[in-house]
Amino acid sequence: MSRFTDQPSPMAQPKSFLWTRRVVLTLLLAFVLVPVYVMLSSSLKSLQDVQGSFKWIPHSLTFKPYIDIWKTIPLAHYFVNSVIVCVSATVFSVVLAIFAAYGVSRYRFMGRKVFTVTVLSTQMFPGILFLLPLYLIFVNIGNSTGITLNGSRLGLIITYLTFSLPFSIWMLAGYFDSIPRDLDEAAKVDGCGALGALFRVVVPAAVPGIVAVSVYAFMTAWGEVLFASVMTNESTRTLAVGLREYATQNDVYWNQVMAASIVVSIPVVAGFLLLQRYLVAGLTAGAVK
Amino acid sequence: MTATAPPRRAPEAGPSSGKSAAGGRLRPRIVERLRQGGLPYLLLLPAILAELLIHIVPMFFGILISFKNLTLFYIHHWNTAPWAGFDNYKAAVKIHQPIGQALLHSFWVTLSYTLLSVALSWLLGTAAAILLQDKFRGRGLIRTIFLVPYALPAYAALITWTFMFQQDTGLVNHVLHDQLHVTSSKSFWLIGDNSFWAMVVVSVWKSWPFAFLALMAGLQNIPRELYEAAAMDGAGVWQQIRKITMPSLRPVNQVIVLVLFLWTFNDFNTPFVMFGQNPPHQADLISIHIYQSSFINWNFGSGSAMSVLLLLFLLVVTAVYLLVTSRGRSENDV
Repeated sequence: MSRFTDQPSPMAQPKSFLWTRRVVLTLLLAFVLVPVYVMLSSSLKSLQDVQGSFKWIPHSLTFKPYIDIWKTIPLAHYFVNSVIVCVSATVFSVVLAIFAAYGVSRYRFMGRKVFTVTVLSTQMFPGILFLLPLYLIFVNIGNSTGITLNGSRLGLIITYLTFSLPFSIWMLAGYFDSIPRDLDEAAKVDGCGALGALFRVVVPAAVPGIVAVSVYAFMTAWGEVLFASVMTNESTRTLAVGLREYATQNDVYWNQVMAASIVVSIPVVAGFLLLQRYLVAGLTAGAVK
Repeated sequence: MTATAPPRRAPEAGPSSGKSAAGGRLRPRIVERLRQGGLPYLLLLPAILAELLIHIVPMFFGILISFKNLTLFYIHHWNTAPWAGFDNYKAAVKIHQPIGQALLHSFWVTLSYTLLSVALSWLLGTAAAILLQDKFRGRGLIRTIFLVPYALPAYAALITWTFMFQQDTGLVNHVLHDQLHVTSSKSFWLIGDNSFWAMVVVSVWKSWPFAFLALMAGLQNIPRELYEAAAMDGAGVWQQIRKITMPSLRPVNQVIVLVLFLWTFNDFNTPFVMFGQNPPHQADLISIHIYQSSFINWNFGSGSAMSVLLLLFLLVVTAVYLLVTSRGRSENDV
């Protein structure tokens, strides 16, 4: 892979190009940043301020919304639910993806192609198609076995882990392919089994890919709305659904809504931006194939 | 680990010590081969089980219940629901009856929404990726900022946009009416015809960074020598973009346009967070339409039939798209 992009352009760029670049990038920056600015500035306004006509510059700044958000709705409770569900889903998804990707990358077996294509295509199917039957299956499993999947965190964890699984397998298989096979052969000669080679050689060498996949899995789960809106109840509600409660009251506390949006965004945005380099590298490895 | 053969003696190995040593060498090899054959399946098994439980089984189950008359009454005992034959499908495709008419309307809304959103997202993503191809001061920072909409949880971003589109207190009306005086009065953005356009803007805002991210990765694979050779031949930047960059991005484009199309067509979050369970008629996307007829009207049979139709449509579109774009590509290569 030639990283030509980090070198200067092969020829001097004409004025028309430089101006296009300036104008287009400025407009795009504005498009991207205006909502972020609205979120930030409104979260620091008083309720009176956000109930009047919008103002670019806040009258006065207050941190009160950040204190109130925890009292208006049980935000902390939803936060804990989201963390439990998303962390568990991520861990399971990544572990399953590591095993499957190793199988796909290192072995040629019957059904390999079918597996890859089927799994990847499930990613593209409409969520609504699974939602109805899955809901029924969960309800009926609960009725016949007593294992509560509908409305429980467990049901949501199992569901979410499969959402990121296909893409994670695909991305990791691409990553594993780029790790020389000689390395695991050498480990096997040294007395490691296939699993030993996987955990002692391949996994350590694929850390950037695994980090990327974990971030992706966590983000997928953290932002999911559709299944959370159907499969949770008051005690298991996640942030994706819970945040709507600021808006269902007669008075919409927009400053609190914005403050809460920022609070729930921080874990993923910070994680993503910190690990951005890995994620882009992981995506690239997958795309290069 | 594979070297640890079971201690049991192989039946064909005789009692004499010499033969047993030979058998000892033979057995691990057989075990090795067996494990080699079974191991990949074992590695895949957990993933397959999860996919089966959440995706494959529900899919077939969904097809099954689309032939049932499954209403709220039968939710806890789905197997006692009466068979409906093709009734659910007939109701869905009868375009002169209320159900079919509403579904068809929802389909057109979704199609226009998807085509607009994908085209614009692709355009912005391509422009940004190409303009950020060469190194300049601030490039890394701009790239990071561009990825923010992708990193934000969808609902947080959607709630913010909903706030911006509020009639009295939103930023959009403040800019359009108070500051630019484009509109004579503050318009409603979340009801009526405007709701469709509001939804498209939000969708593009959320989707284009993905196109940008994938295209950036694609750009890294174009050999620098191509540009150098073109520059030597006197091709300017614009010509290089047209003659080298765009054709080289074709494979990436083929994938991202399809992925964006499928994601946007199935989009549920945008209307659900912006408008709630009852979106305006003009913003009635297919996912929320099916959701409504299933969970609000509690008719799972009808909802499943619509989901199956949706799946069939997407499969046909995907197949045709891949056929057409792949053929075009191979002709170009010749």
